[in-house]
Amino acid sequence: MKIANAIFPWAAGLAVLLFAVGLPIALVTSPPDYQQGETVRILYLHVPAAVMGEMIYYAMASGSAAYLIWRHPMAGLVAKASAPVGAMFTALCLICGMLWGEPMWGTFWVWDARLTSTLIMFFIYLGYIALGDAFEDPERGDRAAAILALVGVVNVPIIKFSVNWWNTLHQPASLSLTKSNMSGEMLLPLFLMMGAYGMFYVTVLVIRVRSELLAAKIRNARMSQIAGNEAAQAIG
Amino acid sequence: MSMTRKRRRLYFVMLGLLGLGAGTALVLTAFQDNIVFFFSPTEVAERHVTPDQRIRIGGLVEKGSVQKNGENISFSLTDLSKTMTVQYKGLLPDLFREGQGIVAEGRVDPSGVFIANEIMAKHDEKYMPREVADALKKSGRWKEGEPMPGDIRPGNAVSDGLKPTSETPVTPVAPAAPAAPQP
Amino acid sequence: MMSMDLMTFLDMGGYARFVWPAYGVSLFSLLAILIFSLRSLKAREREFEALKSQRRGDRA
Repeated sequence: MKIANAIFPWAAGLAVLLFAVGLPIALVTSPPDYQQGETVRILYLHVPAAVMGEMIYYAMASGSAAYLIWRHPMAGLVAKASAPVGAMFTALCLICGMLWGEPMWGTFWVWDARLTSTLIMFFIYLGYIALGDAFEDPERGDRAAAILALVGVVNVPIIKFSVNWWNTLHQPASLSLTKSNMSGEMLLPLFLMMGAYGMFYVTVLVIRVRSELLAAKIRNARMSQIAGNEAAQAIG
Repeated sequence: MSMTRKRRRLYFVMLGLLGLGAGTALVLTAFQDNIVFFFSPTEVAERHVTPDQRIRIGGLVEKGSVQKNGENISFSLTDLSKTMTVQYKGLLPDLFREGQGIVAEGRVDPSGVFIANEIMAKHDEKYMPREVADALKKSGRWKEGEPMPGDIRPGNAVSDGLKPTSETPVTPVAPAAPAAPQP
Repeated sequence: MMSMDLMTFLDMGGYARFVWPAYGVSLFSLLAILIFSLRSLKAREREFEALKSQRRGDRA
C-alpha cells in the first residue's frame, strides 16, 4: 500500500497529461485514414480499451492465483478492485468496435471468433463480480470468484490469436513487436491513448484498493463489536 | 506443514490450468469448422455446397469485375486460385472496393453463382493518411488491395486480405518523405 | 455563426454519428467509474471514522 500511495499522484498526473495531449491529437490533428476516413479516430479508443480489457484480466487472474495459492489478501483485493474496471474497458471496446464496424464492415456485429471471444471475456468479468457478492461469507465468495477468474484465463489468449487461427471478419493485428502496418501519425495518438488508459487504470485501481481495504477493516470492526457486545451481555 | 499445503495448492492450480488449456484446445480443434467465419471459393468448390445451405464466402473483389445496375451489383470474388461470381442487391459497406477483401453471406445457386444477401467488407489492417497512400501509389511501389512494399512473399495478396500476414516487415511510412525508397 | 472549420470538424467526414458517440460513451464511462470509486471510498472512510469514534465512546 505504501508503493501504491507513492505512485498514485504520478499515475493520476500522467493520466491527466496523456489525456490532455492525446485527445486533441486523436480527435483533431491526426490525419483521416485513406480508406476509413474519419472513423479511424474510433480506433484510438477501441484498441486501447481492448488492450486494457485483456491486461486487466491477466492482472485479475494473477491476483486470484496468488490469493488462492498463498492466501495473499492484498492480491485478492487487487483482483477484486480490478474487475469492474476491466469489465468497463471490455464493454467500451465492444461498443466502440460496433460503432466502427457498422460504417466500415457494414454490420454492427458478427459472431466471428474475435468478437465472440471478447464478448465471453465481458461475461466472465460480470460473472466474477456477481460471484464475489453471491455468498453470505465474503471469503467464500472471493474464493469462488478467484476460481472463475483462473478458469476464464484460457479465453484471453484465444481472443489474441483468434484472428490468426481462424478466418474472422475482424482484421489481424496491425501492431506487434516486430512489425507495424500503421503510419507514425496514427501510431502517436494510439500510443498516447493507450498510455492514458493505462495510467487511468492505475489511478482508479489505487482508489478502489483503498476502498476495499477499508471495507475489510469495517467488517472486522463490526465483527469484534458484535463479539464484544455478546461478551458484555454474557457478563452482565 | 503450511509450506507443503501452499505448495500443494500451487500444484493443484497449475494442474487445473493445464487440464483446462488442454481441454479448450481439444474443443476448439473439434469445432474448427464452426469457428471458421467464412470459406474461400476454393473451399466452397471442394465442399460441394448445396443450394439450400446458407454459407459465408470470403475473398478479394477482382479488379474491374464490379458491375452496378442500380441496386443490383455483381462482381467476381477470388482467392487467386478459384473465382466465384457474386450477385447482390442492396447497400455496400463503405470499405467495399475493388481489390478489397470482403465476406458475403448467402447461397450458391445451381449454376454456381453466389447469391448474397449480405456483404461485409474486411479491413486490411493497414492504416495511413491519404497523402501517404497516394504517394506510394504514384511511385508505383504499392497498389490498393495489394501487399505493402517490402512484402514479397508469393501469393500473399490473398492472405493479405483474408488471413494474417504474419511476419510482414512493413516499415511505418514516414510522411515527411513518402517517396524515399524503402530498404 | 459557426465557422466552416468547426462544422467540418463536427461532421467527421459524414461519420459524426459513429465517431462522437464512441468518444461520448468512453469519456462518460471513465468519468463515471472514477467518480463512483471516489464516492464509495469517501463513504467508507466516513463509516470507518464513525466506527472508531463510537468505540472510543464505548471505552470512555
